[in-house]
Amino acid sequence: MSTGTLSIADYHKKTVTNRLGLWLFIVSDAFVFAGLFIARFYLYGAGVRPELSQIVGLIVTSILVLSSFFANRGEVSMAYGDTKGYFRNTLITIILGIAFLIGVVGVEWQIAPYGPDHDALWSLFYTMTGFHAFHVLTGVIFLVIVYRNARKGLYTAERHFPVEAAAVYWHFVDVVWVFFYPALYLIGLPPI
Amino acid sequence: MKDTQKAGVFSIGLVRGLIAMLIGFLTGAAFVSLIRLILGLSVWTWNPSGNQFGFAESAWVVGAIFGAIAFMLGVGVLSDWLKWMNGQQTAEHPADAFASGWKRYLSVSFDHKAIGVQYGVTSIVVIGLAGIFALIFRTELAQPGMQLLTLERYNTIMSLHGIVMIVGILLGVGAMSNYLVPLMIGANDMAFPRLNAFAYWINVPAAVILLSSYFLGGFDTGWTGYPPLSAKAPLGMDMFFLGVYFAGLSSILGSLNVIATTIRLRAKGMHYFRMPIFVWTALATAVIGLTATQLIGLSFQMVLFERVFGMGFFAPDKGGNPILFQHLFWFYSHPAVYVFVLTGLGVISELLPVFARKPLFGYRWVALSSFGIALVGFLVWAHHMFTSGMSPYLRIPFMYSTLLVAVPTGVKFFSWVATIWEGKLSFETPMLFVLGAISIFLLGGLSGPPNATVATDLHLQDTYWIVGHFHATMFGGFVFPFFAAIYYWFPKITGRMYNEKLGKLHFFLMLPGFYIQSLSQMQAGLLGMRRRIGDYDPALGINLQQLLITIAAFVIFFSVVIAVVNLIYSARRGPIAASNPWRSRSPEFMLPSPIPQHNYEHAFEVVGEPYDYGIAGAYVSIDPDRYIAKEEEQPAAGGAVTSPTGATTD
Repeated sequence: MSTGTLSIADYHKKTVTNRLGLWLFIVSDAFVFAGLFIARFYLYGAGVRPELSQIVGLIVTSILVLSSFFANRGEVSMAYGDTKGYFRNTLITIILGIAFLIGVVGVEWQIAPYGPDHDALWSLFYTMTGFHAFHVLTGVIFLVIVYRNARKGLYTAERHFPVEAAAVYWHFVDVVWVFFYPALYLIGLPPI
Repeated sequence: MKDTQKAGVFSIGLVRGLIAMLIGFLTGAAFVSLIRLILGLSVWTWNPSGNQFGFAESAWVVGAIFGAIAFMLGVGVLSDWLKWMNGQQTAEHPADAFASGWKRYLSVSFDHKAIGVQYGVTSIVVIGLAGIFALIFRTELAQPGMQLLTLERYNTIMSLHGIVMIVGILLGVGAMSNYLVPLMIGANDMAFPRLNAFAYWINVPAAVILLSSYFLGGFDTGWTGYPPLSAKAPLGMDMFFLGVYFAGLSSILGSLNVIATTIRLRAKGMHYFRMPIFVWTALATAVIGLTATQLIGLSFQMVLFERVFGMGFFAPDKGGNPILFQHLFWFYSHPAVYVFVLTGLGVISELLPVFARKPLFGYRWVALSSFGIALVGFLVWAHHMFTSGMSPYLRIPFMYSTLLVAVPTGVKFFSWVATIWEGKLSFETPMLFVLGAISIFLLGGLSGPPNATVATDLHLQDTYWIVGHFHATMFGGFVFPFFAAIYYWFPKITGRMYNEKLGKLHFFLMLPGFYIQSLSQMQAGLLGMRRRIGDYDPALGINLQQLLITIAAFVIFFSVVIAVVNLIYSARRGPIAASNPWRSRSPEFMLPSPIPQHNYEHAFEVVGEPYDYGIAGAYVSIDPDRYIAKEEEQPAAGGAVTSPTGATTD
């Protein structure tokens, strides 16, 4: 960010502040997902879940978890000054992220038996996946912006906080799905 | 932003923003209308009495969102971030478009002091607007029967009074923490100046959207927006939800900034238990604002989805449950009242030692009591729902957790009384407001336990008693401390002194005005007056109380008008103020008035306790070697800094 003119010591000092800000944001954002998660169990308990395609669920979950691996490799590559490795891994992360979006919004939403106005269960399904998909979308945009700036040579092994921030945000979105996947796909049975 | 030569009305950020907002709204509405046209749905129907206001509901909602984003682009608060996205660098502290004068406050500034003033002025304007709403419906309530308003208009104006007042209070809290926290901890700005400006400016479209609800059919749910009523209310309800949503976003981002600033930017030697006590309350407030606010945003979004997409979270016929909304809503909205009052209580603790010339009694306990209130505040939300139909066994734990709030609050009262005890009190206007705040907050606090205990609350729920209790906590916890803070820091902000006589007149009108209002509200409630109702039965025997409340409301409003006149006049023509008129030890009073652009020319070091009034030794010290060296270079800037030891000991 606007830190190219700072000394390395000042950059590190500022990075600690920025990192704190990032994590505070994540804590705050987590409350949204926690609220939805609680709403789902408040209304339907552990006995009922929407009738969804298990295959699609397994595929999109695998894609997202795998993408976090590549996001991590990309960040570590940059930390060691391996920009080529960063580009390769981040590109894979972005592609997997888009694949996840297509899987959820483009496939699961289309083959779902009911729309969001059918009942509260399907409202919850569309809202939970929708909020999450929106975060995946912003994560992809974030990764693309940082990728583009990295192409311009803005980041080095010593100065690459935006790379770290994009990766941490990506992991956060991934962790949210780790909670949402069982809540929507695994716990309970579809209503008869 | 950078072109200071550019003149004309478009150089003012607010003007650009509002024009962009209109364009953004039309773009968003047209976009949705186009999609509706393709889908073969109706695009335009005009029938205000039947809740049709031209565009479809979804077009209004998307238009409002687009409008808010366009405002932020137009005002220019996003320009640095957009440059960063493009890989460009920007100056760490860019110069303001208008370095001085009132125009400075109508454009984006990243200086926390300018943003604090922006928050403060907007707060007073918004609170004044909410006060006018109160006057309108109080006039209606002065007599039984409907004279001035229809019941629908009454509902909208009463609801708007509530929510606009809340937005105004949040702005006032933002004003105090933005202006004071960096100064008090020895920082030159907030941790994230751009985010700070963003958090302020998003309030402007929020206020515009919120107030537009009046013209779009209004809403009749009160500020709580409970479904199923809110799922069926007119279009104004959507604007209410969106306006509150953006104001909440401001609260979240502002809180994030306060926490990061307090943790990262404290001066050398200022460990947590040496911070001015106000910073502790701002920090505790920010912890609530950062986390809980998301839940009101979520709950309002869910109702919005219910209205726009036909979802069914709160619709029993679709397997939903309206009680869920109340849980989500109050999980924020109860802690929110601690957001409103905690900074105010911090102002009381901050000012009392200065005017009593004594150390603050039990500093550590007071500091931690703020966090005690904040944390207990997360565990009490269901006390708003004793009569809602939730599981009865839940009432008991929530009753006890609610009563537990009295413990940390009692710590604060004990500290205040002990600080006053044997102090050398002086009664300037800020001190009067502090003492008034303590007495009123005591009334608000003591009227709380009857609402917390289930047996009495079943009778008090939704009566005017609650209105009286709530207004007592707000006046004691926010309004009086806020005015105390304004008068106290006014010479620091403007460099001029307010008129003491008018300040005292303000106080001596507002205090009895408040007591008559609140006590009459409580009495009317005990006699059977329901809250939020536009009419009442004359047989209740509350005609006199209702008339008194109305008269008191006008007195309070008049006293605030006096204050505003006083502040505006004094900011321009008042006598030049001394740099430390209150003989405070707080670091911001070591600076000249008004405070220079980047606060502390020389970093200071904390060498003592903040409230050791009457005891030798300073709180903060500027390193003398660096101080003298700098003074030789820049005699103008250095000469204005008062000697810390001479100015800060009693």
